[in-house]
Amino acid sequence: MANLQVFLGLLPLLLRGALTALEIALCTLVFASAGGLVLAVSLTFGHSRLIRGAIACFIEWMRNVPALAHLFLIYFGLSYLGINLPAWLAAIVGLSLVGSAVLADIFRSGLQSLHIGQQEAGLAVGLTQLQILRCILLPQALRAALPAFANYVTQLIKDTSIASAIAVPEIMFLARNLVTSTFQTSLIYLAVMVIYAAMILPIGVAFIRLERRLGAAR
Amino acid sequence: MSTPTSPALLRVHGLHKNYGELQVLKGISLELKPGETLSLIGPSGSGKSTCLRCINYLEKPTTGEIWLGEELIGQVRDGQRSRLMSDREMAPQRREIAMVFQGFYLWPHLNVRDNVALGPIKAQGMPRKQAYDLAEAMLEKVHLRHKADVYPEQLSGGQQQRVAIARALAQQPKVILFDEPTSALDPELVGEVLAVIRELAEEGRSMIMVTHEIRFARDVADRVIFMDGGHIVEQGPSVQVIDTPSHERTRSFLGRMAVESA
Repeated sequence: MANLQVFLGLLPLLLRGALTALEIALCTLVFASAGGLVLAVSLTFGHSRLIRGAIACFIEWMRNVPALAHLFLIYFGLSYLGINLPAWLAAIVGLSLVGSAVLADIFRSGLQSLHIGQQEAGLAVGLTQLQILRCILLPQALRAALPAFANYVTQLIKDTSIASAIAVPEIMFLARNLVTSTFQTSLIYLAVMVIYAAMILPIGVAFIRLERRLGAAR
Repeated sequence: MSTPTSPALLRVHGLHKNYGELQVLKGISLELKPGETLSLIGPSGSGKSTCLRCINYLEKPTTGEIWLGEELIGQVRDGQRSRLMSDREMAPQRREIAMVFQGFYLWPHLNVRDNVALGPIKAQGMPRKQAYDLAEAMLEKVHLRHKADVYPEQLSGGQQQRVAIARALAQQPKVILFDEPTSALDPELVGEVLAVIRELAEEGRSMIMVTHEIRFARDVADRVIFMDGGHIVEQGPSVQVIDTPSHERTRSFLGRMAVESA
């Protein structure tokens, strides 16, 4: 019973941490989606070989180095240069950079899954490339990319936990502090797991329903 | 050739197309008069489709000119020199030259009505209500008005191609290009598409059609051009070219086609 009281006392703090994690994930998602979209479109339709090469290098670099290393570099490395980002901002910047590389690949494969005739039919009716992209290619590409995108979102929420390594007071960071002060190791980490699952499961279900609705609409 | 003098609606002059070393078109010149239906026939690889795709610059000609009336397509003249138009500059010209593809290429995420109305709304800036009215009128012409709310994948191949024809009509083009419009269809669906094309020809639309349907070309086209190896071998009134070809290559091609369809 004592355990339960301890637990109920800790719960508000853990939930506040969960909220921080969600806020970081949401900000990252916005920036990473915008970045990934721009990168994917440039990579697929860009005329400059130099720019396409630079984007491809960026994507490979971001995807083949642990996100934690990027976070350390941005947080500690930049402060060495005299630029002191708050930890939460460094986390968002780092996760957004990695996320834009991951999403660039996801969006690009969505765009590449489309037949060239889709675009040619748009040209033939007199649409500009930008109109074709907006009205014809992106709606189909994003739909095709939805399962992979959903995967990324759930992964992202879990990955906010690495922000604990640069002392962002999100749920993992708070949990570890609570464990060192209360020694309720299994109780606290179990609670953390349940909270993560409670955040992520509904999102996964929402994506599945969205996929099904879009599937039924065509 | 500086300015067009003939009354032709569309003129192709000295069209060459190379892919690296490979010469696909070796100097094609042809004219389409207003209201005329012109059919391009010839063996696979003779350059018919490439020629058609050069007319609306889906393929960039290596050299040569396409004139729609007084307007040079795809190029901007600047004294003696010319440059390729950007896609944005070309869009209004392409709107005047509709194309119906072998593979239909309807947009699967849009229903039939939106497939037909998208061009008018975006390329012509037509109000949505008016574009939908236009779309329904064009669907009526291909006898598919009752399918306006369904999605392309719910249609047969023949119906999809008829929607593609309605989409082409909705852009209110001066010329319609048909690139083997029935080649991807099951045999029993070919007839309904050809019937629609025949109605358009009888309406006096200006059309160029690449086709393997020789009998259809004979009956519906005003003129036929026989191409082989990137050249025009023979052209003339369709009945004359198909019934009494004057070149040996035309004769042997038509002979093969007759054996295949027999």
